[in-house]
Amino acid sequence: MNPHIHNEEMFMNRRVAYYQGCSLEGLAHEFDTSTREVCAALGIELVEIPDWNCCGSTPAHSLDPVLSAALSARNLAIAVREGADVVMTPCPGCLKSLKESLEVYHNPHQRQKLLDILGMPFDGEVKAVSVLQLLYEQVGPEAIRERVVRPLSGHSLVPYYGCLLSRPAHFARFDDPENPVSMDRLMEAVGASVPDFPYKTECCGATYGVTRNEIVGKLSGRILDMALGVGAEAVAVACPLCQQNLDLRQGQLNRQWKRNFDIPVVYITQIIGLALGIDPKKLGLHKLFVDAGVLLEKRESENSRAV
Amino acid sequence: MRIGVFVCQCGTNIASTVDTDAVAQKTLMLPDVVYSTSYMYTCSEPGQKEIQQAIAEHGLQGVVVAACSPRMHEPTFRRAVEKAGLNRYMFEMANIREHVSWIGTDREANTRKACDLVEMAVAKLRYNQPLFSSKVPIHKKVLVIGGGVAGIQAALDCAEGGLDVVLVEKKTTIGGRMAQLDKTFPTVDCSSCILGPKMVDVSQKENITLLASSEVENISGYVGNFKVDVRKKATYVDWSACTGCGACIEKCPSRKVPDSFNEELGNARAINIPFPQAIPKKAAIRREYCLHFTKGKCGVCKKICPVDAVDYEMQDEILTEDVGAIIVATGYDLFDHSVYGEYGGGRYPDVISGLQYERILSASGPYGGHIKRPSDGKEPRDIVFVACVGSRDASVDRPYCSGICCMYIAKQAILTKDHVPGSNSYVFYMDIRSPGKNYDEFVRRAQEEYGVQYIRGRVGKIYPRGDRMVVQGADTLLGMQVEVEADLVVLATGVESASGSRELAEKLRISYDQYGFYMESHPKLRPVETNTAGVYLAGVCQGPKDIPASVAQGSAAAAKVQALFSRDTIETNPQVALVNERSCISCGKCIQVCPYGAIQWKELRGGERKAEVLPSVCQGCGLCNATCPCKAIQLLHATDNQILAEVNELFG
Repeated sequence: MNPHIHNEEMFMNRRVAYYQGCSLEGLAHEFDTSTREVCAALGIELVEIPDWNCCGSTPAHSLDPVLSAALSARNLAIAVREGADVVMTPCPGCLKSLKESLEVYHNPHQRQKLLDILGMPFDGEVKAVSVLQLLYEQVGPEAIRERVVRPLSGHSLVPYYGCLLSRPAHFARFDDPENPVSMDRLMEAVGASVPDFPYKTECCGATYGVTRNEIVGKLSGRILDMALGVGAEAVAVACPLCQQNLDLRQGQLNRQWKRNFDIPVVYITQIIGLALGIDPKKLGLHKLFVDAGVLLEKRESENSRAV
Repeated sequence: MRIGVFVCQCGTNIASTVDTDAVAQKTLMLPDVVYSTSYMYTCSEPGQKEIQQAIAEHGLQGVVVAACSPRMHEPTFRRAVEKAGLNRYMFEMANIREHVSWIGTDREANTRKACDLVEMAVAKLRYNQPLFSSKVPIHKKVLVIGGGVAGIQAALDCAEGGLDVVLVEKKTTIGGRMAQLDKTFPTVDCSSCILGPKMVDVSQKENITLLASSEVENISGYVGNFKVDVRKKATYVDWSACTGCGACIEKCPSRKVPDSFNEELGNARAINIPFPQAIPKKAAIRREYCLHFTKGKCGVCKKICPVDAVDYEMQDEILTEDVGAIIVATGYDLFDHSVYGEYGGGRYPDVISGLQYERILSASGPYGGHIKRPSDGKEPRDIVFVACVGSRDASVDRPYCSGICCMYIAKQAILTKDHVPGSNSYVFYMDIRSPGKNYDEFVRRAQEEYGVQYIRGRVGKIYPRGDRMVVQGADTLLGMQVEVEADLVVLATGVESASGSRELAEKLRISYDQYGFYMESHPKLRPVETNTAGVYLAGVCQGPKDIPASVAQGSAAAAKVQALFSRDTIETNPQVALVNERSCISCGKCIQVCPYGAIQWKELRGGERKAEVLPSVCQGCGLCNATCPCKAIQLLHATDNQILAEVNELFG
């Protein structure tokens, strides 16, 4: 029996608490809409956490880890109060904050301080996952493959995971920390061909875009250069910041590298959504800076070409 | 009873945080204690003399020494009181060093606790009885488990001394890892040339019984008298007939069998002899690849064999051996080089393990000793070696140093230059660890004479660019990132314990550390003994080491066995269980719980059955003692009365 069938049934009409975070309200709006669309199509009901607050992002945990944990614990505590045992967030930064607050909660030396700041009941009995982890582990590539109505056959896509999705290993507890394959498997499931991509976990430059833009230019440019080098038409991502550096800044990269990369950088949820037959507009495909229309081209699959 | 108490100061080890004089004075108040003193070093010769004099002068019948752990000096003091005419079991030890002075700084509390412990020892001693060991003959035959270089050396040294040896080897040939090596550091001499003669010796020594393709199934008994069941695995070839001619191998149609001797580079046949110098040089069929077994047809080997040795009906066989001592030399496995996802081992054909490269270098290897890379058979010009792959890295649960990789990289880099004179070798390393004799000079030669480029730093990523591999790493001396393009990357995989090492340890009742390496009895002073009498260690099963150290340990283990066997009998431990037949209700629970099968039924004259302990088999574990519902079975020297006396003293 296919092990994923069971998961699929389990996830049919399954309610999952949804924490979107600030990025998905702003520049990464299309990550939010495509996540909602894909989950709805796969029978997962996302319940937005009422009155959610900032996860604390980088500034909070670099100043006071326990205070930062309390910020995220409030979101978790509300989710638990609403009856959730899984909180999903598409943003890896938010995910890290949520997991950090659980780590602080489970540390006997810090728990009481956390609860004192939090000032509301919280028992830590909740799991935080990314949308990628939800799709890969709970739904599974096989269940998604069965639902594909518009396969991406003939399209060559590479996955770019960035630094946080699978690392630090003891913290992420998801996929191989140095050679993650979850996006590879999901894209194969929707019919795309996925070449080996050596830079799948190299740094994109992250927030250096604000202070030392040339560093992002160098690092993100390398990633796009490698993607084109292995024959990719588009790069799949699951992080708003990676997407921003590779897509929004692609004009800057072109100037710095004296190139014209012109390669779309698409969220994994948009790719799966397309394959599930969801309207590209609803997935926010038009919101990307580098036009991703190439993904809409219908191509003969490699198999039918072989025939 | 007239009891004497001797409180040791152990220099300042005990005296600095325990008032030893106060302990001696206080214990003198105890009933039966007629003599008490404190002394600087009770274990020293004058210290022991003092005990013996006191026994004589004060007519002592029992002695308590309050000092270190009984694991240190109990035998010393037992001998001392025995020389003065007491039974060695009329002695008790109170541990006031490890259990008191070393773990607390509060002098007053320590002194109180020391007094408590001495009082408990005195209380127990009042119930002690003289015990006498009996003598059982030693079975002067030794079992060596593992036929690598350590096991071979141990077997040869034992045989040289006239002992009968049974050498059990899991694989179809002895030789172990060393047989897979091309050359050895730091002399760069041919590995099979120096190992070969020893292997031949094993096969020719009349007093060595070589059981290849065999595994130890079960072990019972005790030092001097072990009973070992050995499973002789079916090879489907009658080895008494097989001449090793190889005709069957040539004709075998199953040609896609992973060649494990060549570390999966290239293919072997389903019927195979791993290498030309194999001992015994006999063919064996791997059932899972043989067409006769998988498809039910073929039978070519049976037809072709000139001596009709192929026997598809062969079954595993269990042999039983009686031995007096066991030398464990089960060797090691290598770290799986595909664990580091960022290095791509197992994904990229030109990223290989250290032992795979060793096979490539070897003339009997997959490419006949020509350096080629696995992907396209091209001769590589630029080769990168990555050190510490699965060593000194807590993130993969291998925090220890494997000890051999720095040296084998230097050797392989030198050999590379010899094979391909225009080639360039690069070594990414953390530190160079080369403390053996002539080792550091050897590494220097690699750097200075052979121009091997050493880059201090870790590699972060390895990926293909065209048909070459890009090695991306840090140069921590330059403080910058570096990138080296290579045709071939060798990951210097570290040492890990052999698969199945833990299971074997359970059978042998020896301990192992968290990584599966066997524990020696003392890390400095008893390096080849285990905590199970009569079981000795040799080679890497005890911890990573190189060939010279493995050979030395093999010889050391053999010397230990020779010393043990130099006596004809062995004294049994009299601290065994004893049944009081009048109290025994014949429930048989003790027989069920005894892990050693040391208790049996004994029929009395009236036909009644009672439990009976075989003292030579009993290990004194006390399980029966705790199980017996009517306390009819007692463990001598730890009887219920003795233990209760201690408890009463403490809480009463």
